[in-house]
Amino acid sequence: MPAEAAKPGRLRRFLDSDIGWSFRRTPAAWLSALVLAILILTALFCPLIAPQNPHDLAQIFIDKAEIPPIWSQDGEWPFLLGTDPQGRDVFSAILYGTRVSLIIGFSAVMVSMVIGVSLGLISGFYGGRIDNLLMRLGDTVLSIPTLLMAILVSAIFRELLPPALRDPFAAAVLVLSISLTSWVQYARTVRASTMVERRKEYVLAARIIKVPAGRIMRRHILPNTLTPVMVAATLNLGLAILSEATLSFLGVGMPITQPSLGTLIRIGNQYLFSGSWWLVVFPSLQLGLIVLSVNLLGDWLRDALNPKLR
Amino acid sequence: MKKAWLLAAVAAFALNGAVEAKTLKWGSAREIASLDPYSFGETFTLSVLNHVYEGLVRYTGDLKIEPALAESWETVSPTIWRFKLRQGVKFHNGNPFTADDVIASLARVTHDTSPLKGNLPAYKSSKKIDDFTVEIEVNGPYPLLLNDLTNIFIFDKEWMEANNSLLPTDSGKGVKGYATDNANGTGPFKVESRRADSKTIFARNPSWWDKPQHNIDVIEFIPITSSSTRVAAMLSGEIDFTNVAPLQDLPRLTASSEVKVLQTNELRSVFFAFNLGDKLVESDVKDKNPFKDIKVREALYRAIDIDAVQKRAMRGLSRNTGALVAPAIPGYEPSQDQRLPFDLAGAKKLLADAGYPNGFSFVMNCQSDSLVNEEEFCQAVAAMWSRAGLKPNLSLAPRSQQAPKRVKGDFDAISFGWANEPMIDAYSLLVQVLRSKSGTGGVFNWGNWGDPRIDALIDKSGVELDTPKRIEMMKEALKIAKAEHLFIPLHQQPMAWAMRNTMASTVQASDNKPRLWLTTMK
Amino acid sequence: MPAFLFKRFVNAAGVMLAVAFLAFLTFRFVGDPVELMLNEQASQAQRDELRVRLGLDKGFVLQFATFVGNAVRGDFGISYRNQQEVFTLIAERFPATCELVLVATFLSLAVGIPLGVYTAIKRDSLLAKALQFISVLGVSLPSFALGILFILVFSVTLQWLPAFGRGEVVQLGWWSTGLLTASGRKALILPGITLSLFQITLVMRLVRAEMLETMRTDFIRFARARGLPSRAVHFRHALRNCLMPVITVTGLQIGNLIAFALVTETVFQWPGMGMLFVQAVTFVDIPVMAAYLIVVSFIFVSLNTLVDLTYAWVDPRLREDALSGGANAR
Repeated sequence: MPAEAAKPGRLRRFLDSDIGWSFRRTPAAWLSALVLAILILTALFCPLIAPQNPHDLAQIFIDKAEIPPIWSQDGEWPFLLGTDPQGRDVFSAILYGTRVSLIIGFSAVMVSMVIGVSLGLISGFYGGRIDNLLMRLGDTVLSIPTLLMAILVSAIFRELLPPALRDPFAAAVLVLSISLTSWVQYARTVRASTMVERRKEYVLAARIIKVPAGRIMRRHILPNTLTPVMVAATLNLGLAILSEATLSFLGVGMPITQPSLGTLIRIGNQYLFSGSWWLVVFPSLQLGLIVLSVNLLGDWLRDALNPKLR
Repeated sequence: MKKAWLLAAVAAFALNGAVEAKTLKWGSAREIASLDPYSFGETFTLSVLNHVYEGLVRYTGDLKIEPALAESWETVSPTIWRFKLRQGVKFHNGNPFTADDVIASLARVTHDTSPLKGNLPAYKSSKKIDDFTVEIEVNGPYPLLLNDLTNIFIFDKEWMEANNSLLPTDSGKGVKGYATDNANGTGPFKVESRRADSKTIFARNPSWWDKPQHNIDVIEFIPITSSSTRVAAMLSGEIDFTNVAPLQDLPRLTASSEVKVLQTNELRSVFFAFNLGDKLVESDVKDKNPFKDIKVREALYRAIDIDAVQKRAMRGLSRNTGALVAPAIPGYEPSQDQRLPFDLAGAKKLLADAGYPNGFSFVMNCQSDSLVNEEEFCQAVAAMWSRAGLKPNLSLAPRSQQAPKRVKGDFDAISFGWANEPMIDAYSLLVQVLRSKSGTGGVFNWGNWGDPRIDALIDKSGVELDTPKRIEMMKEALKIAKAEHLFIPLHQQPMAWAMRNTMASTVQASDNKPRLWLTTMK
Repeated sequence: MPAFLFKRFVNAAGVMLAVAFLAFLTFRFVGDPVELMLNEQASQAQRDELRVRLGLDKGFVLQFATFVGNAVRGDFGISYRNQQEVFTLIAERFPATCELVLVATFLSLAVGIPLGVYTAIKRDSLLAKALQFISVLGVSLPSFALGILFILVFSVTLQWLPAFGRGEVVQLGWWSTGLLTASGRKALILPGITLSLFQITLVMRLVRAEMLETMRTDFIRFARARGLPSRAVHFRHALRNCLMPVITVTGLQIGNLIAFALVTETVFQWPGMGMLFVQAVTFVDIPVMAAYLIVVSFIFVSLNTLVDLTYAWVDPRLREDALSGGANAR
């Protein structure tokens, strides 16, 4: 999608292209794009929409704890989806939580993409010892299951930060721990196509006329490797959001004072039997909806870009 | 290991053969650390192992000290206690219980590498007078030896010798001890088999010296850490009993016709304590410590709407307190149990008077897995302090991450709970927590609080053998602490057990320790 | 071939050393075991002394060297929490996790392959489209939420299946199995399904993609042209052709399933290695955490190496990289 915004007129060209045609013809694709757009917008502008700022302790009154959703008998305005045991408005908490989850998901994908693509380019372009070293590093990362690795990294980083910085940087820690486990895929993809491109005549020509290596990589090789990277990025966005939720559910993610969707589900889980079903159901639904639309979009993109499947 | 399992299988088979075998399935919130009571100084582990091992004395169902392996005792001098041991007691392996076992056990528990050494702080030495008489010498006049001895369990000397376990397990050496997964006590139950984190089976000890008041044949001890799973297991009948029923699920459990909830307040009093050092750890006030000003402490006290905390965070189950110890603890004084009223305007004014009209920020350290509903009440109090204009930076994490910081004084405010166990005496709070750090005193004085007047009273009461006088001194010390608002009291925390209708009765004492030898099944 | 073998083993060993370093390094930063092991009433002197006895005061390099040396011999020390040999602890719990993972793997193949074949053959039918959508839904819902839901429905409301644990287990030597008792098999159902859902969708999508690709190849076209019945074409030729990648991915995914089992084990209180690890994290039980990481990575690396070697054996042109990309699809 960033490609659309890159140049004016791209959108028009996009819709007229093969892919645009396929997009318009696939309800799953444009429906999920629409849902995702709405979710992103509401999450971005959550301070304007939410009746309460769930991160501001002074706005939370424990007297208003565990009010059921508005359509229940004991529902109360403005708590659309009820409140949690602290008196936090669940609707506001979900909007803010979605923002947290999306920001972490997008950043994690961005960071891992930047790391992966750069290392992949370097590895493929220079080859030899650097290549060997980087690929062994990748092997090591891949030989620890991602979930374990993420738990480890987030535990260490949290521990290294002083307590006062821990909560403000919790999101950054999660981004790091997720991206440090997922860059290898990009690196391998880019390395493979770089090795192919490197031998092509235009690159050889550029090298002969002494175009700087960085420029060759950026200007010539990179654009040719981007398609698979974009597909991987979209599919990884869903995984990144799920990873964040899982870590927060296990208690090594976002703190209870700035809950993400995973944290909300973890809290809600404790009240599963006490009748406060809304605490676990709504955040789970929202999480499912986000990941589902991202995945549907990613699936369509992969199929659309893979001519073999058309 | 294999043999133990075979035995267990045979025993289980034999038990199945008997028609009336009564099995109690106990779902606990956590696993016991080990079968060796001296390997890990943790109250819950000790309370479970108390079914297998016994001390010289024990608490009754209403927390009075009564004879157990010792029949009687007397003080020969202010520092020497003489115990007459019970005769005819046998360990589970058939060995007779004698004075040698007591001496060997005391040597083991007070060994330098024993994690339980601190549970017997006054111990100096012990000697055998005859086969059924021992003398224990203490460092100085010490009124609480019996209380300490309730939790010092007695091992069989021959068994320890045969299994090379005369010394406590030393985790530093990387070798596990025989007693870690084998047990041989004198108690009402013996260990039949154990699979850590899954199931430990205890079977009735038919040759127990005491007349059993229970009718249980087998106890299956099953740790289930997730509270919602535990509730599900309770509702579906997979367990008969739990000693940790989550507060938020009590209505649901009570609603079931098959489950009965037992609920009361435990001995543990909960309060907030502050870092009273020269500077705060994380604050926008850099040059001094606002908490040193009594006005600030009073403002924080008045800003707490304790009724809201009680009603919501604690589900109406805690008892609001003004005192630092529970009514059942010697040293408690009813007149000290009054709270400062909730007064938000007053709190703001006090803060302004103290020079902080816009409040200040500080880090508030709470644990997510320690006190009852700690996450909930810490958040509620943080919200209340925010409304008074303060900027509490709430740090909530498991004990494993928070405890090291608390111990190092790396905090500005902490939630804190103290049960005065196993002493069941206010001296425990006074000497361990309130006393300024010195020697063995003030181990828990993490935030440099304390007062010379209080210290003097504590030291005097520690050697006073006349109980009424001793209690007066302790009350006086607690009164000063209250007047200074050294701590902000919150409540006595609730405890809840649940049992299915397969059980007839049990005894729930306020130390929150299940005593299944006082429990009957239908 | 021997050179390739050797290179592959050296690689694997290097990776394991790096993992060991990470295991060691990371857990040196998290928490302080001394505070957790000692009684509340311990003095500062006792704390310092315990620190010395645990070797926590030693130099970093020395601690690491000792650690690796011991790990190679399977000696991970004794657990801070329950004072048992870590190796025994893990060995005791390994069968529980292993059975769970095998059941999940079996389910994923038994359900995933037929669904994949169906959605490939009838790719335009309504049911196939619905299944495709459900498969996306399956990857989108977090497994912990599904597990909680299953407990709520099948254990609490309907009371059909147990909410936690393994039921009765039977001891076969050091291996404990729940497969031989009725209650053990019952206890496997919910966690097995929860763990396998992601895997089922993965297998289904893989089979579908492979089938579609194979059916476009010339030899299938030939087979069709020869007038073979479409059943034979689909099953004897197309499916057989795509089984190899399915088996490969399944093999590679086992490592991930073991790791992901820690979420399922937490939800269902399954007494496996994953729950041991999660509990160890709460208690900062460093030896157990380190050992778990090393054991799981070892399984993971061994499977990877095995798959690579098999491929190199089957097709010498295929060297590294060709496959490992799929290893961490999750």
